[in-house]
Amino acid sequence: MTLTLDQLKIGQEAVITKLVCTGITRRRMMDLGILPGTHLQAEFISPLGDPIAYRVREALIALRHEQASQIEMILVEESEV
Amino acid sequence: MTTDIAVDCRTCPAYNAAALKKLGMNVEEADYIIALAGNPNTGKSTVFNALTGLRQHVGNWPGKTVARAEGGLIFNDNQYKLVDLPGTYSLLSTSTDEEIARDFLLFGQPSVTVVVVDATRLERNLNLTLQILEITESVVVALNLIDEAQRHGIEVNERQLSRQLGVPVIPMVARRKQGIPELLQAIEAVAKGDYVTRPHRTRQYDTRLEKALEAMVQTIEQTYPDLPNPRWVALRLLDGDASIEEAIREHRLGDLSRGKSVVPIADTISLEVVS
Amino acid sequence: MNAQTDILQTAKHFQKELGEEYHDKVVEAIYADAARIADNCVSRDAQKAKLNFDTALDKALTHPIGGFLVMGLMFFIVFWLTISGANIPSQILADLLLDKAYYGLHGIATALSAPDWLSGFLIDGVYLATAWVVAVMLPPMAIFFPLFTLLEDFGYLPRVAFNLDKLFARTGAHGKQSLSMMMGFGCNAAGVISTRIIDSPRERLIAIITNNFSICNGRWPTLILIGTIFISSTAPPILASFVAALSVVAIAVLGIVTTLLVSWGLSKTWLKGETSVFSLELPPYRPPQILQTLYTSVIDRTAIVLWRAVQMAAPAGAVIWLISNIYLGDVSIAGYLVNFLNPLGLLLGMNGVILLAYIVAIPANEIVIPTILMLTLTLGSNIVGAQSGVILELENTQVYTVLTQVGGWTLLTAVNLMLFTLLHNPCSTTILTIWNETKNRKWTLIASLLPVALGLIVTFSTATLYRLFM
Ligand SMILES: Nc1nc2c(ncn2[C@@H]2O[C@H](COP(=O)(O)OP(=O)(O)OP(=O)(O)O)[C@@H](O)[C@H]2O)c(=O)[nH]1
Ligand SMILES: [Mg+2]
Repeated sequence: MTLTLDQLKIGQEAVITKLVCTGITRRRMMDLGILPGTHLQAEFISPLGDPIAYRVREALIALRHEQASQIEMILVEESEV
Repeated sequence: MTTDIAVDCRTCPAYNAAALKKLGMNVEEADYIIALAGNPNTGKSTVFNALTGLRQHVGNWPGKTVARAEGGLIFNDNQYKLVDLPGTYSLLSTSTDEEIARDFLLFGQPSVTVVVVDATRLERNLNLTLQILEITESVVVALNLIDEAQRHGIEVNERQLSRQLGVPVIPMVARRKQGIPELLQAIEAVAKGDYVTRPHRTRQYDTRLEKALEAMVQTIEQTYPDLPNPRWVALRLLDGDASIEEAIREHRLGDLSRGKSVVPIADTISLEVVS
Repeated sequence: MNAQTDILQTAKHFQKELGEEYHDKVVEAIYADAARIADNCVSRDAQKAKLNFDTALDKALTHPIGGFLVMGLMFFIVFWLTISGANIPSQILADLLLDKAYYGLHGIATALSAPDWLSGFLIDGVYLATAWVVAVMLPPMAIFFPLFTLLEDFGYLPRVAFNLDKLFARTGAHGKQSLSMMMGFGCNAAGVISTRIIDSPRERLIAIITNNFSICNGRWPTLILIGTIFISSTAPPILASFVAALSVVAIAVLGIVTTLLVSWGLSKTWLKGETSVFSLELPPYRPPQILQTLYTSVIDRTAIVLWRAVQMAAPAGAVIWLISNIYLGDVSIAGYLVNFLNPLGLLLGMNGVILLAYIVAIPANEIVIPTILMLTLTLGSNIVGAQSGVILELENTQVYTVLTQVGGWTLLTAVNLMLFTLLHNPCSTTILTIWNETKNRKWTLIASLLPVALGLIVTFSTATLYRLFM
């Protein structure tokens, strides 16, 4: 089963495998440095449960659940880091 | 004029009152046009203010500047017009909030583009810098927020960076006006051609793509032999960039090579209304 | 076939051949280069990197309970400092400008034997209105702006946007609307311009129309004054400034709630559509430069806003003086207007004076309170002995007496005035900005009138409820 970014728990790290979204959304993600092969970490979550802030290439980027669910990833195990 | 040997950079030759005169908004005919570009929130407006003596709003969040601002200065008898642009993540997308900056960099024909870069997030800032280097070779990189980088234990080797990018790299703390004199000198050197840049160009796209690009560049050069950046135009045309297609259709692209500023640059973003 | 179409067609041809992945490949190549160069040039001190103060702070500021607590506290403290800090300088300024300078000017006028109508018009009209605006506005602004700028410079505002985002998502608005809303708390015109960060036209319009529900500079003083004079009188003296601050925060929060409700309403009706992609970069915390901030926010924001207010106040003062001193028969023009507006005013839990003041103050909200006071004094029985059209210097307690005894104000009048301050048309500058940004008559009109309509409905409801139950 493929995992999507919204399933990443706070503190966990992942590597992006695929952007499912297309068009403008896809370009926006890539502008922000989110593309296949990118390593990121879920840092903290909004008190209302959405969005979540991810550490991507040194910056903190907040994405809503809707966007995160269109980004596929594999988990990076703690030991590998 | 006093000539005492002071460490304070305000009294060093590059910064003394004779060399630099802040003109505020009084720019009529400038010898050089300088664009300030960069990712959001990297200190572009802070640099702009330090150079022009104006007070553009600065604030610690991305998207503080939404319209182009202009100001001027005289440095070593040359008049410069400075243009502070809104922050952009990339020149490759088509989002309207990044339109002003994108159009100015491509069609505004600045003599020198200063890319203000956040030293604490070099990689993501280089993404935009490399794109700008595809468009123009007259670039100076202002490596800003050095103080923040130090606070976070990050050190950037600016010589190495300059070598790799092929353009001057000036470390700065814009908020404390550190590096401003050096930046001015670098701008002057690039503008007058005293510093010959060798801009880094990204060239390892896959072969099919590279072939298509070359073919496009050839087609473009047949019509526009003097275009400074045919490769970028090709790159964008292959991506279906509407603003460039339009520029070609309206015969505005040719002006680029003649060094004219081509755009009726939008200061307000047109709002197409739904419903 | 000309060269231009040739180029475009070649491009089309290759586009088909290269397909969708083209863009991805270009971006990936550039990022790969960027990563490689960055790797070559950056070295990190592993120990310092571990000291992650920023992350800890972020965890606290976005904590499920703590996050909202801090948010409330932060804004409360800002207003409380503003209210309690502005009190004494306000009194000093009032003493100086409205007492000493005022009588000084009259002294000069008498010495020059200027005609009464001239000195009345210039000193009691133009000068006094201007002086009033300065005395009322300057101290709170000089405290509020630096505090707010400090929060902004530190990097706190995007965290507020992050905390509230889900609410905005629910209403079908753009995530960055919370940022333009925050800007609106300074000035709505600036807030409207800042909506340019919103990419989608539909969501941008929602943000523009609702920006007026962020209380701006022009309206803070009115709220602060009414909160200080009326609402605080419901509490024991020690708590007075707390209660005053609370009432102001309550109105501000109500503004946010209104923003959400109206956004929701718009995106369900006139501005239906998909919510677009949301991404927000949270900037790193940067220690603010306190002195620099103080300097620029006083020079830039305070001086500019004050100057604008003064420019508006001077002609308004002239108008006020004229309409109160030109008589048609026994009653002044102001008297007629107030009598005409009174029934509607009372229905809304306010009175004709307040409505007239709002009409006079369309160019600048800042002068509402001075106008109300002056009109009340002129038209009421003259218990403090003012001449008609003269705005007197008054202590807070005296203002209270005037308004309750001469104006017949109750707690309802005060509350509804505060509500109406939140819910009425944007100032002329903002309306102009909305027009410039949208270039659309319909939306400019809606953005201007919708808040007034809401204001009428809300104040009418509270007035009716009050009458039914109190
Ligand atoms: N510590 C530190 N802070 C800086 C420096 N330069 C700028 N800043 C701060 O960084 C923040 C952003 O600065 P701006 O000049 O508004 O950035 P900008 O690039 O114009 O931002 P946008 O207009 O949003 O793209 C402000 O809070 C500045 O005070 C610096 O050298 N050191
Ligand atoms: Mg800026």
